This record gives sequence, structure tokens and C-alpha cells, in this order.
Amino acid sequence: MLSLNILVQGLLTGAIYGLMALGLSVIFGVIRVVNFAHGEMMVAGMYVAIVLNSRWGVDPLLALPVVAVLLFVTGYLLQRGLINRLIDRPHYNQFLVLLAVSILFTSSTLMIFGPDARNAQVPYAFDSYELGSLVVDKVRVLAAAGALVGVAALWAFFALTRTGKSIRACADNQLGAQVIGLDVKRLYAVTFGLGCACVGAAGCLLLLFVDVQPYLASDYTLLAFIIVILGGLGSMPGALIGGILVGVSEALAGFFIDPSLKSMFSFGLLILVLLARPEGLLGRAA
Amino acid sequence: MSAGPLLEVEAISKRFRGLQAVDSVSFGVPEGRILALIGPNGAGKTTIFNMIAGVFQPDAGHIQFAGRDVTRLRPHRICEAGVARTFQLVKPFGALGVLENVMVGALRRAPSLAAARADAEQLLARFGLAEKAQAPAASLTLPERKRLEIARALATRPRLLLLDEVMSGLRPLEIDAMVAVFRDLVRGTGLTILLTEHVMRAVMALSDRVVVVHHGQKIAEGAPAEVARDARVLECYLGRQRAEAPA
Amino acid sequence: MRRGSRLALGALVAVLLALPLLASNYIISVMVLVLFAAYLGQAWNIMMGYVGLLSIGHALYAGLGGYTAAALFVHWGLTPWIGMLAGMAVASLAGGAIGALGFRFGVTGVYFALLTIAFAEFTRILFDHFGWVGASSGLFLPVKSATVLDLVNLRGPPAMFYYLMLALVVAALVLSRALIRGRIGYYWQAIREDQDAAEALGIDAFRCKLAAVALSAAMTAAAGAIQAFYYNNLYPGSVFAIGNSVELMSAPIVGGLGTLGGPILGALLLTVLGEVMTALASVVHLDGIKQWCYGAVLLAIVVLRPGGLWPWLMERLGIAEGGSRP
Repeated sequence: MLSLNILVQGLLTGAIYGLMALGLSVIFGVIRVVNFAHGEMMVAGMYVAIVLNSRWGVDPLLALPVVAVLLFVTGYLLQRGLINRLIDRPHYNQFLVLLAVSILFTSSTLMIFGPDARNAQVPYAFDSYELGSLVVDKVRVLAAAGALVGVAALWAFFALTRTGKSIRACADNQLGAQVIGLDVKRLYAVTFGLGCACVGAAGCLLLLFVDVQPYLASDYTLLAFIIVILGGLGSMPGALIGGILVGVSEALAGFFIDPSLKSMFSFGLLILVLLARPEGLLGRAA
Repeated sequence: MSAGPLLEVEAISKRFRGLQAVDSVSFGVPEGRILALIGPNGAGKTTIFNMIAGVFQPDAGHIQFAGRDVTRLRPHRICEAGVARTFQLVKPFGALGVLENVMVGALRRAPSLAAARADAEQLLARFGLAEKAQAPAASLTLPERKRLEIARALATRPRLLLLDEVMSGLRPLEIDAMVAVFRDLVRGTGLTILLTEHVMRAVMALSDRVVVVHHGQKIAEGAPAEVARDARVLECYLGRQRAEAPA
Repeated sequence: MRRGSRLALGALVAVLLALPLLASNYIISVMVLVLFAAYLGQAWNIMMGYVGLLSIGHALYAGLGGYTAAALFVHWGLTPWIGMLAGMAVASLAGGAIGALGFRFGVTGVYFALLTIAFAEFTRILFDHFGWVGASSGLFLPVKSATVLDLVNLRGPPAMFYYLMLALVVAALVLSRALIRGRIGYYWQAIREDQDAAEALGIDAFRCKLAAVALSAAMTAAAGAIQAFYYNNLYPGSVFAIGNSVELMSAPIVGGLGTLGGPILGALLLTVLGEVMTALASVVHLDGIKQWCYGAVLLAIVVLRPGGLWPWLMERLGIAEGGSRP
């Protein structure tokens, strides 16, 4: 049954979208900064995985931890070195700084790798699982599984570790956190790093079935925004649910309506959500 | 002078998500008088204030100003009707100059920019801010910002001025100065004032009448001295035991 | 103004007016780009610099202006002057609708910016499927000889466009100055600084903001229409692209938000930088180097001089300007 396949495919893709959006949501929820360079960082991570794949045949799934760590460090330094300086500036200023950073990322990847699309080679690229009339690509299943592991890991970090709980304290009450001696700047940097690590991980998973090129970034940044706003800025479960919702609706819209119109559908959805309930399904008010 | 009070609040109520913030409160403010709204924190004073100022709509009840029903009006229409307000946490237009701040208020009534400027300059002089006219509003100290806020509100030539805890954060000398200014304004221009306040010194010195609110309900109304002796008022501020102790 | 400044200004005006007679076609075309960027920046500046409304979807209005004028010309032979007015009306309505929806539902700050992006992207994809204007294959204007001066149909050499845009930039300058020093300018800035306080002083924030958006949109559309007749082709993907919106904002930000001279200075700097980078790129053969430098300059300005370069320049030259600064 074709539409069931489409639905499942949407669900699987949605899980990855969820991981990607999670990073953005966490950054906003804690630091209150909107990371407009989100998609660009993901693409940068994807290129690192491409290099590992083309040079040494590393599977993106194995490259994932490397990419995640690299992007964590990048995010940490970016926050520590640049964004911390701008905490008290008006929102539009922060937004524009990250916009400039995104331009730098995109143009850097363009300079290093050129404009052509690249993809990762994995031996099981054409394998699929069959369950009755349901046929799903192995890559999509693995990717979705990876995404869910990533989400679970992040959740565990925030719920169970000391640093994670400290970060949540900062998010709830920055002044209070400082008063009890938490190093807010360091925690912010960790949070930003984690957000970037998330998106890097999501990129590696996406690489299993998507080709990468430098201009992919803005599509995904906007997509991440749609998801995060739908699910609620600052809400972790919201990001995952939002991701799945968008994944499914995109897949269905692409199938039943013209595929080129599916983004239009997503943007229409974004407009509606912004108007009706900017804090999203599960989010906190900005 | 009009027949009834300038401001008539009739049985207004407001509920916020399960909490009855204001419960059927009524009072009137005669023209040319000063009425103080007092009560412990969380009593609902600011909510009442905000309903009169048009920030919220009451769930029930009416608000009449100069014989006109203003219950559902938005803040800018309320100002048009002749009511001006200050904010508890002052809101200067930081990037604009001090004079420009007041001009924004004056432009409401002034026929030209030049006239607005003249009005603004007069008000600055009255509130002792003339020297700082060109300075950015963000550079003022807190007492100066409060004076700016009042001057700006007065620039709209209101008949009724709503003062939201305007004395908080001021030193006794500054409070006395403020009280004197308000007294002069009321006597000189027939301005009517409704204020909410925690600083009792100011309330006693300034108001003709006091309304006490507690848990969203009006529990007392009268001249300041009467209200200060009212057992229910003492109870809500000091607790039951103290109220029952001999005075 | 001091005597020295007057002379300098006079000389500048003379040079600007005489430029097409003195300079090469290349320089003229670069100047046309500068003037487009300056004018668009001035239009955007009204919304952001004065009222504080961040729009990252302004390409929508330029695109609507361009497509309206071009389509009316191609299909019905309507002169672009009327087409421009029609385009301005369409854009103004679109801006009004976005503004009305946004303000009515209390969408502010970054959320409002996202709303503008969403509308622009939505329209881009819509136009990809809009047959009457060529859909994704594009809309083409018939090009006659570039030396024939046909002002009615905006067919002519770059010099014609140069003078036209010069006039528009000057007009925008005069308009901006009048607005910011007038009643509406005070109201706009008050709203930008603190909307609640502004409303408490009797300002109808909804109407004032709507006016700003509609005006900014209409002004942008006018340039969009002229651009359509300058480049002679339109594609939804290039006209409504978010990259255009970002480029459009860069000049006023780099130059100085809320100032009169900022958008013009920014346009000059960035266009010249762009041309230098293009020349460099043709030598260095590195895709993306132009954007990289662009991004670097933007970053430097936004971090180090958030107020833009114009105020800094004015300080250096000792001139005070009656503008507004967010």
C-alpha cells in the first residue's frame, strides 16, 4: 500500500528532523538566542562526514560521534568567543550576527568543496526491509533509529547529569542560577555546543539518504524553524513531535499534491502557527 | 463641574486562569480630587489599574469616565478620552532625548511640532529636568526617570492621571517633593489623580480618599485617617492578632 | 552646515549629475547597482530603523513590484510607469496584510521576522507555479536596442536607469527626512522604544506600524519594477530568494540603521566590495570567496559597530545629524 509506505517514510524522516530541530530548540530554550546558522552547521558537519567517507570509506553512522564532537567544540567556542558578548544586545542584532556566521559557513563549504552535490557511499544503500506490504529503506530505518538514540541521549543528559540539571536551572532562572554559583557562561557554551552536536549528528544521519551541497543549508534552517515553532521553542518533546509532524505532512503533501509544493505547505503551516500560537504545541512563551 | 464622579468604576471583576484577581470592585473618583488605592501585595490593585487604563478588559462590570463608557477601550483610546498613566517600572523612550520623550506626549494635543516642543519645555522646567533636555532618556537616574514619566503623561493634557506606585524607590525628601508637585497640579489645574501606592507617607499626605483592596475585594473606603484605624484594614496588613491588640 | 561642507556637497552633486558623461559604461552600471542598493536600503530602513520591525522577506515586495510591472507590460503593453504604480499597490496590500495579521496576533521581534520569511518563501513557490508570469521558466521582457531612449517604456541605456535611480534615492532621502522629523517619526520611534508606553500616550500603534510596512513595501516595489526593466528577466527563484532579502538589509545595517546617510554609505561600500571581490574571484577561481568576504564584513560591522559606519564617519568628520538611532 503506497500511502502507508509514504507515511512510514515520513515518520522515519521526521525522527531525524526532530533531532535536528532539538538542537535549535535547546539553544533557544536556554540561551534565548535564535541560531540562524543552524542549517549551515549541519551542512558543515555533513561535509566532514563526506570527507571521512570518500577518503577512508567511513560509514556516516560511525563518523557521527566524530562530527558531533567537532561541532560541539565549534559551538562551544562560538558561544564563548562571540555570542556571549552579545547577550545584552537587542534580538535583531544577535539574529544578524548569526546570519553573518551562516553566510561564512556556506561560503566556506562552497570554497572548499565546490557547488556540486556529494553523497556518501554505504554498502547497504539499496537494501530494504519488508514487513507485509510495507517496504522501507534500510538507510532510513537506521537513520531514524540513530535519531531516536540521539534524542534519548540528550534527554538523559538533561534529566540525569549534574551539568544537565544546572543548564535547566539556568534556563528557568538565570539570575538565580548565578546567585547559587553556577558558571552561566560556561553552561551556555556547553548548551550551544550540544545544540550544534545534535544538528551535526542529524546531518550524518541525513547523509545516508540525502545528497549534500552548500545551498542545502538554508532549506534546513527554515525547516528547523518551522518544526521548532510548531512544537514549541524550548520544548524538547515538542521538537521531536514537531519533527515527526512535519516529516509526515511533507511526505503526504509531496505524494498527494505536487512534490514541489510541499515546501509551500510547510511555510503555510509556519504562518498559521506563528499567528495562532507562536509558543507552539508544547512550548514556553518567548 | 459634572454631576457625578469623573471616574466611576462599577463592580468590575477579572479572573486569571482560576484566580479571581479582582472581585466586583466599585468606587468613584470626584473631579479635582485625589484617590489612593492601597492594599497588600497581590491584592489586585495593579489589575484594577490596568483595567481602567485599558490594558485588560474586565470580565464583568463597567468603567465610566466623564459620563462615557470606556470599559472596552484600548489604551490609546483611553488616553484620547483624557486619561494618562505612568508605569510601575518606568518606561522611558531610551534612545530619544528627554525633551523628545515629553514631546511624544505633547503631540497628542499640540497642533504643531513647535507647539509640542514649547509645551514639553514648560513641563521639563516644572519637573526640574530642563538642563537634561537634550540628554538621552536612558542616561537619567531613577528619580529623574520617574519625573520624566510623569511629565510625559501630563503632556497629553489629561483630566485624570493614573499613578502606578510612583513613589517606590524614592527617598523621603524626594517623596515630599513629589507630593508637593501633585498637590500644586491638582489645585492649580483641577487635575484628578488616582494612585496606587505602598508608601503610606505619600498616601496619607496626598489623598482625599482611600480605597483598600484585599484578595481582589474592596474592604474599606473613606478618608485616610478613618481607613488607617479600620480594623479590617489593620487585619489585612498586620494579621489578626495585632489588629485585636489594644491600639 | 559649515562652508567647507557646502562646497563638498556641491562638488558631490556636480559629480553625480555629470557621471554618465564622464565615466565608462562599467562604472555607470556599478553606480546603478549602488543606487538600487541604496534606495532599497532606504525603504527597508523605514521599517526597521525607525519603527524597529525586522523584515527578512523584503524581496517579496521587490518581486511583486517587478512581476506586476513586467507582466502588465509583456501581456498588455502597459507602460511601466503605470505598471510600477500597480506593483506598488499590490506590494502595499501584501505588506499591509502581513502587518495586519502579525500585529493583530501580537507577533513580534524574531517571530515577526520569521513570518516575513515564511510569506516570501510561500510566494516564491507560488510563483513557480503561476503560469501567467512564466512560472519557474521565468518571465522575459522584449529587449530592443540599448541605445534607443524610450522613457515611456523604460527602454534605454544604463545612463537612463542611473538618473532615474538617482532621482529616486534623492526623493527617498527627502521623504525619510520629512517623516523622521515629523509627527509620525516621533510616534514610530516611540513605538520602537516601548510600544506600551507609546499607546499609553495615545498613539495608535497598530495603524502607525501598518503605515510603515505599507510605505516600505510600496517603495521597495517601485525599485523592483525598475529592476525588472533593467535586467529584462525574472525568475521566482532569483527574485523572491531569501538571499535578496538579506542583501537588501545589509546596506542599511552596515551603513547605519535609522540614519539618513547610512543606507547610501552602506550601499556604496558593499557594492564596491562586491565588485572588488568579483574581480578577485575571476583571478583566484574560488567559488564563494565573494560571499565569504561579504559575510566577514557583515559580521565585523554587526559585532563591532552595531550602530553602523555612518555614525562613526559623522563623528570623525564632526557633523551632527538629526536622525534616529535604535
